[in-house]
Amino acid sequence: MATGAGENLHSDYASEAEGVKSQEMLLNMGPQHPSTHGVLRLVLTLEGETIVDCTPVIGYLHRGMEKIFENRTLMQGIRYTDNSDYLSPMLCEIAYVGAAEQLMGLEVPRRAQYIRLLVGEMQRIASHLVAVGTYLVDLGAFTPILWTFRDREGILSLFEALSGSRFTFNYQRVGGVLHDFPRGWLKECEAYLEKLEQNLQELDTLINGNEIFLARTQGVGFIDKDQAIAYGLTGPMARASGVSWDLRVHRPYMAYREVPVRIQVRQEGDCFARNMVRMQEITESIRLCREAIANMPPGAIAARVPIALRPQRGETYFAIENSRGEYGFYMISDGSEFPWRAKMRAPSFCNLQILPDLLRGHKMSDAVAIIGSTDIVLGCVDR
Amino acid sequence: MAKDEQTASSQNDPVTRGGKRRTVPLTMARGPFEYTPGNQENNVQLTSVADMLQWAQNWARSRSVWPLGYGLACCAIEMMAAAQSHYDLSRFGSEVFRSSPRQADLMIVAGTVSVKMGPRLRLLWEQMPEPKWVLSMGQCANSGGEFYDSYYTVQGVDTIVPVDVYVPGCPPRPEQLIEGLLKLREKILKKGLKIQGESEMDR
Repeated sequence: MATGAGENLHSDYASEAEGVKSQEMLLNMGPQHPSTHGVLRLVLTLEGETIVDCTPVIGYLHRGMEKIFENRTLMQGIRYTDNSDYLSPMLCEIAYVGAAEQLMGLEVPRRAQYIRLLVGEMQRIASHLVAVGTYLVDLGAFTPILWTFRDREGILSLFEALSGSRFTFNYQRVGGVLHDFPRGWLKECEAYLEKLEQNLQELDTLINGNEIFLARTQGVGFIDKDQAIAYGLTGPMARASGVSWDLRVHRPYMAYREVPVRIQVRQEGDCFARNMVRMQEITESIRLCREAIANMPPGAIAARVPIALRPQRGETYFAIENSRGEYGFYMISDGSEFPWRAKMRAPSFCNLQILPDLLRGHKMSDAVAIIGSTDIVLGCVDR
Repeated sequence: MAKDEQTASSQNDPVTRGGKRRTVPLTMARGPFEYTPGNQENNVQLTSVADMLQWAQNWARSRSVWPLGYGLACCAIEMMAAAQSHYDLSRFGSEVFRSSPRQADLMIVAGTVSVKMGPRLRLLWEQMPEPKWVLSMGQCANSGGEFYDSYYTVQGVDTIVPVDVYVPGCPPRPEQLIEGLLKLREKILKKGLKIQGESEMDR
């Protein structure tokens, strides 16, 4: 990268300053910072402009959600999952009701499974659109967020027609879903996907050919395959490092048993690859949505369940592939209407722990690029 | 057409069939569709030069309220959506989300305030220069909302900072946030001035 003259200059300077260490500086980043994606606080130890150490401080959005689950019936708890990962609430709901269904041994009607697949994939698109848009804002490009939020509004208005709310839906139920589609909804959905595909190509040419974007993301924040597995990364973070792991493929649940998913893996392991995986997954989700619409089976949208849901005593773990990784619920029931314990396996929380390792040795200005590429949601981290 | 509907409904209404029902004129806007910005601001009475100067100052302040870019939870996503092209907050002069509290006029408390975040929120508010306003967005910030029995949330942000406008909803739609901003604008414009049909006590 550097020219010969520049290298010489650098080495001269280094030899002169050998053995001399500048004073380390402690820098607090957050909890109010535009690019920490919420209320994450990072205590950075800097030497000059290089990050020597980093300590993430979490808990600024801790709401005691897991304790609240214990004091709500299974039905009431669905609403609270919306607030955990607030960029993909529909997928969180599916995880919660999935765990409850597994505990009760319920079989969900085929139509409900397909509806879940459709709304889940649309939610994944919405979540990834926000991730891509805000990532580009962190790097200083303002146009993409306008485009991605415009596309996201389409999904939100479709969801609003379906469930009555823009993004705290309360739409999934134990044993099925709340409503069937309104008249003409599927047609509108198809038209939207058509439009989104065109917009996505436009976005692709805008972002991925941009030299400034490439310079700031390629080779920055490298995670190798073993490291990704050792840290328990899931979702796009792992798949960008060459780990071929997607619960939709490897442990298929609900309608994914019938609809095959093409797994999106990249080998580079840097920030650019993580962003690329998200963009590829949007395309893949569009294909899955179309497949779900084409094969939407007729029939009931919910199984018959008693009004008071009382699962038998026992425990279960049910995980789905969220837009950020493996999002699961470990649920213990004591036979009453309330779950005795409902533990969230939050992908953001597990993906966050690699951050100190990832930031060490990078320049301060790269920190923003790396944090943005991890795409954490603090509601999911702090619960 | 609205009149026809009204008469039709009053004929069927068992209460008004006797014809002795006092109708109270509805002065408040029933929704954003009835709300024309500026209409509510016209009834300010200016009786002296000092009032006019005050009005000019208020007018200038109310037209560009810069919020602090301070997202807490789910509501922050709706706040972001309000600032983007679909809802376009810049129509009302508030699109400049400042990252530094020193440059901000308005703090939009968008989301749940936890016990750990409370002191930081207070500190940020203290760092903002006067004049400053606080808009509480969403039920969590208004009153605790659905986390009313949580051990770690602040039950209403008004226990920490003084709030000017409350916007209900979980989360409020971007239109609701814009409505709240317009209400705030009205409040700023009327500050220290006499209002037609309002007594001193109402101010």
